[in-house]
Amino acid sequence: MFNHLLSLLIWLPLAGTVPVLMAGSSRPNLARWLALLFMVLTFVASLFLLPQYNADLGGMQLVEHHAWASTINVHYNLAVDGISIALIILTTIIGVLVVAGAWEIIKTNTHQYMAAMLALESMLIGVFCATDALLFYVFFEAMLIPMFILIGVWGGPRRVYATLKFFIYTFLGSICFLIGILYLYSKAGTFDLHTLAALPLSMTEQSWLFGAFVLAFAIKVPMVPVHTWLPDAHVEAPTGGSVYLAAVMLKVGTYGMLRFILPITPDAGMHYMWLIVVLSLVAIIYIGYVALTQEDMKKLVAYSSIAHMGFVTLGMFIAFVLVRDLGSVETARLGMQGAVIQMISHGFVSGAMFTCIGIMYDQLHTRIIKEYGGLVNVMPWFAVFYVLFAFSNTGLPGTSGFVGEFMVILASFHMSAWVAFFAAFTLVIGAGYTLWLVKRVMWGRIHNPHVAQMRDINKREAFVLTVFALMILFIGIWPQPLVHLTDSSVAQLVQQLAIHKL
Amino acid sequence: MVLSTSILLIIALAPLAGCLIAGLLRHQVGRVGSHTVTIAGLALSTALSFYVLYQLVWGGAQAYDENIYTWFQVGHINASFGFMIDRLSALMMAVVSFVSLLVHIYTIGYMAEDPGYQRFFSYISLFTFSMLILVMANNFFQLFVGWELVGLVSYLLIGFWFKKPTAIFANLKAFLVNRVGDWGFILGIAAVLYFLGTLDYATAFAGASTLPGKTLAITANTHWDAATVICILLFVGAMGKSAQVPLHVWLPDSMEGPTPISALIHAATMVTAGIFMVARMSPLFELSSTALSFVMVIGATGALFTGLIGVVHNDIKRVIAYSTLSQLGYMTVALGVSMYAGAVFHLMTHAFFKALLFLGSGSVIMAMHHNQDMRYMGGLRKYMPITWLTMWAGSLALVAFPFTSGFYSKDLIIETVGESHRWGANYAYFCVYLGVFVTSLYTFRMMYLTFHGKERFSVDHHLDPHDEHAAHHHPEVLPHAPKESPLVVTIPLILLAIPSIVIGYFTVKPLLFGNWFGNSIYVDPANNPMAEIAEHFTNAAAMGLHGISLLGPFGLVVLAFVIQTYIYLFNPVVADRIKRLLKPLWVVLDRKYWMDDIQYGLFASGGRWLSHVFRRVSEGMIIDGAMVNGTVHRTHDIARGMRRLQTGYLYQYAFAMIVGLILLLGAYLLFGPMLAAQ
Repeated sequence: MFNHLLSLLIWLPLAGTVPVLMAGSSRPNLARWLALLFMVLTFVASLFLLPQYNADLGGMQLVEHHAWASTINVHYNLAVDGISIALIILTTIIGVLVVAGAWEIIKTNTHQYMAAMLALESMLIGVFCATDALLFYVFFEAMLIPMFILIGVWGGPRRVYATLKFFIYTFLGSICFLIGILYLYSKAGTFDLHTLAALPLSMTEQSWLFGAFVLAFAIKVPMVPVHTWLPDAHVEAPTGGSVYLAAVMLKVGTYGMLRFILPITPDAGMHYMWLIVVLSLVAIIYIGYVALTQEDMKKLVAYSSIAHMGFVTLGMFIAFVLVRDLGSVETARLGMQGAVIQMISHGFVSGAMFTCIGIMYDQLHTRIIKEYGGLVNVMPWFAVFYVLFAFSNTGLPGTSGFVGEFMVILASFHMSAWVAFFAAFTLVIGAGYTLWLVKRVMWGRIHNPHVAQMRDINKREAFVLTVFALMILFIGIWPQPLVHLTDSSVAQLVQQLAIHKL
Repeated sequence: MVLSTSILLIIALAPLAGCLIAGLLRHQVGRVGSHTVTIAGLALSTALSFYVLYQLVWGGAQAYDENIYTWFQVGHINASFGFMIDRLSALMMAVVSFVSLLVHIYTIGYMAEDPGYQRFFSYISLFTFSMLILVMANNFFQLFVGWELVGLVSYLLIGFWFKKPTAIFANLKAFLVNRVGDWGFILGIAAVLYFLGTLDYATAFAGASTLPGKTLAITANTHWDAATVICILLFVGAMGKSAQVPLHVWLPDSMEGPTPISALIHAATMVTAGIFMVARMSPLFELSSTALSFVMVIGATGALFTGLIGVVHNDIKRVIAYSTLSQLGYMTVALGVSMYAGAVFHLMTHAFFKALLFLGSGSVIMAMHHNQDMRYMGGLRKYMPITWLTMWAGSLALVAFPFTSGFYSKDLIIETVGESHRWGANYAYFCVYLGVFVTSLYTFRMMYLTFHGKERFSVDHHLDPHDEHAAHHHPEVLPHAPKESPLVVTIPLILLAIPSIVIGYFTVKPLLFGNWFGNSIYVDPANNPMAEIAEHFTNAAAMGLHGISLLGPFGLVVLAFVIQTYIYLFNPVVADRIKRLLKPLWVVLDRKYWMDDIQYGLFASGGRWLSHVFRRVSEGMIIDGAMVNGTVHRTHDIARGMRRLQTGYLYQYAFAMIVGLILLLGAYLLFGPMLAAQ
């Protein structure tokens, strides 16, 4: 079984879609329980990755090689390192929570909704396992389909605009990505990532490839200025879709960067590093200001996601300067490690925030901030979770939101005090938009009579929020297990950055 | 003898356990259960803290510096939770846990009727845990953790009455202003890692000698001294937490929270975290006299000018809050003249007498049915004698009356500033000297308005005590006569009054002149103004006698006493006359130098304005309007144009073919020979 653990993880949820769909629209409860069963099974299976993976050794492990289209040298190659394992377990946890969170909320075509979630999970795990560029591309593209359906069918009133914007935007990136890997294939005759990483490329080639890859992944992250699809998609998406989108799909963008840009085009990466650093800082500060006065809670949190993902791209790209110009391998690792932890942390924090917004929306059917106010009076337990997640969003120590940002700020000071200066502004602006939101939603007297009718969270909602809270606190209080899991992979990435390929 | 790790863990974790039980199981344990469990936890912490202090001072125990667990380890960069327990941190632990314990007990009485009783106990225990984490830290990472956590609890407690619009405005303001300080603070920590390669205190201090000569490039041609950069950035953090000008604006507003936390957090402990931090970092600050001058000037400005505001305000808690700002300024000035021990000494005495004054004012506020306006008080001394007497004890300490604890700490700071030759010391000396007069002005005014003179309230027994509306509009009418607070309130007052009076007398000599702090505080011997003072100092009694001289600061105390006694006891109309006479000055002070308004306009309103501009222009018009949807529209336009060509009329197609043929032939005739020639 362990020889094919990765295949099992990818295909188990997809296989689950068959019985879930067979349950049909007349038996929604059966569909729910089946979906939950498959999500839990996948989660349990993903936990077996931890004992199977040797974190001290690092590198790609649990390798699976199968011929796929051997005439054109395309393979079904799977393998994982610490970073992918962390992301896979994030995905499987979110999967369980998304199904539990949607339980009786999704009333129409429940079976299809659950099946779409399972399919999405399958494709996401596939992306994190693939070590063949074409296979990666297939999963990368395929995940758009369930998400397209999720927003298009269960979405809000402007769902058509949002889905088209989302689809065309990400598809544009995918085309660039496809052209990039086809060019690499023409040079190397293979899509194998390991071979591509070792392929010597001229600066011109690297620059074009860098441009293609950056565009592809920057849209997914998303980075400024190709970010405007995200708030629209979030606003229209159902809660589960938003949670998956924010918690895992955005990470596919940064994961792609560290699998393709860092090892394949390190010299172009070094050369254009400043561009990504500037855009990351713009994301942190400018997007922070854009978030400040949003009227829609989901938009606010969506913008906050963009700002927080800025720390991931910042941490990855300062590593170039740190390791190449300053020869400071350890601080480069610190920055990169911060980026990785921020990916995982943001998965939980943004997922938790969107879940909370969903819980409020289910009762009041609005996401407009000024309709709320004084929620703590009627939902005291909900308020505990909401405030915890909000503070994690502001990077409070003891919660996961602090760890990655702390590491990245510390590392960026080595590159330039100014980069650290601008990055650390998140302490102010992040607290500004998040806590102002909390003030307007949670505190104060109730002024909307409908709010007075709201009930506190039920057991199911409490379960979902508790899992989020425990993960956020665990990573915040003791991040070392996560650091240990990913440390040798991060060290290897940093080593690759240092290699000149010209 | 080595301190036991488990004892230290119990000191830190007992309040956390109390917090979790009182908070998460609030329905199960009930009101009595919640205060029992949190007070038990605090009592344990306090007892063990005093035990640790005892062991360090008299038991011959070595200073403790161990990591408890690794938070993260990347290469050699390590962030851990760990404790550094020496006399400095042990003294802080004792002060923090002791004041916190008394505040816990006092809360039983003060919050007796509050529906959020358990929540309150949970929060103040969480605060104690966070503060202990901060002072016990052995590295910069944990310092920052504690630093932020106390900020969190401060936010929760200022906004404890979450229905009150002013409270939830004040807590957001407090958190954000503190975050501005933390912005500098985290950069300071990053600078420490950059220059010294470690987050560990001991290693960083040991490596501090390598700092001189190192610089940080600010622009291509500007290089700043490493130690100065580190220290100023760290101090910016202290300016937030310890409410130094211009980041002081949050502290007076924090008075919106319940009074026990004003005593505990916003007077005795949390706001002194910045003072403690700078004392802890003395090996770094001693390397930069530029940074110390900066510290001194900022502190001196606060010491004088924030105190002045207190002279005109009428809210009893706000007057004490401005007094706290002013006293924090004194501590900061002491740091700036390298008198770290003196700053910590004043921190300790201030913790006692300021907590006392706040708790006393809380007792008054309870008696006045939550009216805090001193214009509707007066003559309370006969209703509440214990509160009255203990508050006089605190007030005497505050104005530095000879032999009280505040006298020893404050007078020595003034004298030492006078001896200092550091840049800015003259200005600082002027501020702290004149500050004595200001302190006495607002302190005596507050005591007279509250406890002496005529009663400016009336009692109407038909009034509903729970009618908030009436209480708001007629604060001068009480539903029943004011009465002395219960024992749970007065006992903490008495227990705080004792150290407020005597602790200075007994500790001044060992703490300031006996090298009591040992290695935990470092002062460059070449630049130590305390050395001069030490030559004249014989003992506490002699210093007290010497302090009675009217030529020294005590003269200003007496002068203020005479002025205020005349105005408020004999001729109250004079106050109004002076107010009219000095109207412009009064407006400046009443508006708090417009500091709040300027900062709000610039950063809060300005930030919202910027946000709107970004949303409309760059997000709406440029990115989404021109780029994203613009692309869509251009595609549409091109498609529409192309579609127009496909008309379906044969004659148009035939015409197009003929035109095309002519053009092609023409081109061939024109360019053909040229091509052939090549």
